[in-house]
Amino acid sequence: MENSKNTFHENPKSSLEKVLDIISTMASKPSGFIGLAILIFHVALAITSPWFAPYDYKAINPTLMLNAPSSEFWFGTDSLGRDVFTRTILGGRTALTITFFGSIIALLWGGLLGIFCGLVGGRIDDVVMRIVDAFLSIPWILAMLLIVSLLGTTTQVLIPALGFFYGKGIVRVARAATHDVIAKDFIISAKARGHSNLSIIWNEILPNVRDAILVEGAMRWSWMLLGFSSLSFLGFGVSPPTPDWGLMISNARGLMSFAWWAVIAPIVGLSSLIIGINLTADAFAKALGIDRSTKAPV
Amino acid sequence: MNTNIQEIKDLCIGFKSQKGEQISILRNITTNIRKGETVGIVGESGSGKSTLALAMMGYIKHGLFTTGGECLFKSKDLLSLNNKELEDIRGRKIAMIPQNAGQALTPNLKIGYQIEEALKLHTDFNKVEREKKISELLNQVRLPSPSIMALRYPHELSGGQQQRVAVAMALAGNPELLLLDEPTTGLDVTTQAHVLELLKDIAKETGTSMVYVSHDLGAIAQVCDRVIVMYAGEIVLEGPVRKILKEPIHPYTYGLLKSIPKLSLSGLPDSMPGSQPQPGNIGSGCSFYDRCNFSSDECKVKVPELEYLSDIDTSVRCFNHSELISKTSEQKITNDLKNKITIDEILDLKDVSISYAKQGIIDQFLNKVTDTNPTVKDINININKGETIALVGESGSGKSTILKSIAGLLKTKDGYIKFDKEKLLSGDLKKRNSEDLRSIQLIFQNPDESLNPNHTVEQILSQPLKLYFGLTGSKLKTSIAELLEKVRLGAFYMSRYPRQLSGGEKQRIAVARAFAARPDIILCDEVTSALDVSVQAAVLDLLQKLKEELGTTYVFVSHDLAVVKAISDRVAVLYQGRLCEIGPSKDVYQFPSHPYTEVLIGAVLEPDPDIRPKLVAEDIVEEKPPEIGCSFQGRCPRIIGDKCRNETPPWQIGDNGNAIRCHINIEELKIQQS
Repeated sequence: MENSKNTFHENPKSSLEKVLDIISTMASKPSGFIGLAILIFHVALAITSPWFAPYDYKAINPTLMLNAPSSEFWFGTDSLGRDVFTRTILGGRTALTITFFGSIIALLWGGLLGIFCGLVGGRIDDVVMRIVDAFLSIPWILAMLLIVSLLGTTTQVLIPALGFFYGKGIVRVARAATHDVIAKDFIISAKARGHSNLSIIWNEILPNVRDAILVEGAMRWSWMLLGFSSLSFLGFGVSPPTPDWGLMISNARGLMSFAWWAVIAPIVGLSSLIIGINLTADAFAKALGIDRSTKAPV
Repeated sequence: MNTNIQEIKDLCIGFKSQKGEQISILRNITTNIRKGETVGIVGESGSGKSTLALAMMGYIKHGLFTTGGECLFKSKDLLSLNNKELEDIRGRKIAMIPQNAGQALTPNLKIGYQIEEALKLHTDFNKVEREKKISELLNQVRLPSPSIMALRYPHELSGGQQQRVAVAMALAGNPELLLLDEPTTGLDVTTQAHVLELLKDIAKETGTSMVYVSHDLGAIAQVCDRVIVMYAGEIVLEGPVRKILKEPIHPYTYGLLKSIPKLSLSGLPDSMPGSQPQPGNIGSGCSFYDRCNFSSDECKVKVPELEYLSDIDTSVRCFNHSELISKTSEQKITNDLKNKITIDEILDLKDVSISYAKQGIIDQFLNKVTDTNPTVKDINININKGETIALVGESGSGKSTILKSIAGLLKTKDGYIKFDKEKLLSGDLKKRNSEDLRSIQLIFQNPDESLNPNHTVEQILSQPLKLYFGLTGSKLKTSIAELLEKVRLGAFYMSRYPRQLSGGEKQRIAVARAFAARPDIILCDEVTSALDVSVQAAVLDLLQKLKEELGTTYVFVSHDLAVVKAISDRVAVLYQGRLCEIGPSKDVYQFPSHPYTEVLIGAVLEPDPDIRPKLVAEDIVEEKPPEIGCSFQGRCPRIIGDKCRNETPPWQIGDNGNAIRCHINIEELKIQQS
């Protein structure tokens, strides 16, 4: 009977209104609000930090090595005497940019391939999915290390490589979502009218699986961020002296017992961003009504 | 003496909208269920009948709450009891039979075990007694060989048998009140008639009170003593079944009865305009005011009370009920079909057989035919331009399969389908040219599934217009507006999404989409079976009007013989993918007819308690058509021996022009059936 809550003669909404609606629904729950706030804070910080960073991030000063936090250096200094606060607020920029574009690539190829497999089915679907399974069984970090050591650690290599490895999972989600709608009569109707596969994917399937894929993409973003930071931590992500949380943690972890400040700040930065993205993705799924973990109807 | 087993007083149930307003679903329901009687609750979807039935067992769906009144079972208010107390009542005192028994039974437990579980819960029997009781119960619901049946899994039973098991489980606790929520809606006509017969017998044998919720007045007429008619969350009419169905004194009930197609009438039934108001959207006057043909000024401003008329033991909620009978007797309209049938053949199905079996790689290599017994076989139908031909049969009769192969969604195994005399239609959709695709359009059963939920009406209707005619911009908009006009919807529907439309409006959009292609043939696959009766009548009327205007040919698939009679010029009866009988519809419905047609016609439920269905054949379900002989041999009540089992029956032409495929001589059939 809950269907009767439908708004029978509501006025149609523009796309902008719909997006605002979704965001306000997300922010109406505490977890969604916190997630959105953290995410917006990080994005804003990444955009504006170069203008208010108090020091030069690459200025090495041996006299200031491993200073504890003070009014002059809020988060202290690292083993080369660089200001940790400056490096922390700048440290998310590279990671955010690379993983953001990486996620978009993952979404595009994973989503489209998944929908295509779900639509055509049969032998093509079988073969493609077995290949995807095979790739899923390879530890991605080994493969990434191989690619990066062969082709270098430039952005042009990292974005597509990350996008490729994180898109595999999206293929499966998109395919499953497509299977949900593929047997419905409106798809059969479109087939019977003689629409092309591309037109069916674009007009009939995509609007119905878009939400599921977007949520999956948002989750992938946070995993990719962790993955990218792991690469940096291993020395295969950002090259010094560019500030990056993974690299900062790697450099400072040996000194943790007596210079904890140099490692705590990037850890807080990285984990808060990941938590923020996760909470936002959860709230996004709930706002779109595709999260099944809500209270059972009975 | 208090003979009421359940008393409902002023019950109101509602929910809170997102804006915090309280919206009622049930409004001031007051009624009693007497001991030993069967009460039918009728209404269209959204009238609150299921909510009322669930409240009768003290259950209120998540999100709803009672806003007043009480529901007394033996003087105990069910709605104020806690879960522990309710557990003692549910199953033991009040039992429920669900709509879809196939989903209500646990798929991986044997039937016997599931009934035993119910017995363990509701009785104090020991193991030996329980086993005895299981046999007894299965016997009581007329299931053959109970000891074997108890060891089966639900999927090994047919739909009718599953429903019987659900009845047996409900009877396990020896309940005093049995609630049935649309128990026969998903079943085939013959099975439905058998299950209803069973329910009636059980009511007689056990003296249990029953509440039978259904939208189907035909089923209600068969089993119920008393009927409650609901509209927009209110009781509008309540009384003895004969009184309600034969001389309805409420305009809604009158309209509802008029909109049901009946075998005894020719032509389309009258439709009722408009649709039921949504909860929270009910005006200040009578809730039926907008759709009522007999309303007065008073109805608009004042809500009529439920008035009890003691002389006919009927309660009615209408100001003008006393004048209704005299007014309605004047209204006699005939809606005979005026189809312009030409002698031009538009579609020719020749020796068509269709198989779902797939050849294995080795068989393909050896060029071996694996499926000698295809799902659909030997279909020969010629369809003339402008006519409506109906394919009738129970589920599994292959009627939708044939439709799919005409549309190009399934390949034919043998035979061919010719379009417009010379064009051979390819079984492969990709090989058909755009012109052939445009000429044949499909309308589906369920508009919820056939319309993309994320498209607006404008996007839905623009698909065929863009594809076939390449329309864009303002031309596209005008065409869409014209289409909406054609299906009696305003242009303002363009920006709506399917979820913002009612069932009937959605089906109208589906009809508009099919007509957008300006097709020559429209294939209608059970297009009205998901709709309420009043909406069904309106959609049938619309289809007929459009056809008369545009001269389109319809291939109409349905399981409902009364609907088919109303709309079709010719009928083809199918059983297990084989044709049994084909002919002009006025003749097919007369004797002599094929024994299967006879069974089908006999099982049709009329909304009249004095017309009983004739149950001539068993309701067993056959999984596969027989390899040789007559397709109906397994269930035929008139089988004449080995000839039927070994030889394919010949076609015989009756004097009315209908062709029958049967071994029995047509003259003899006539004598036997009269």
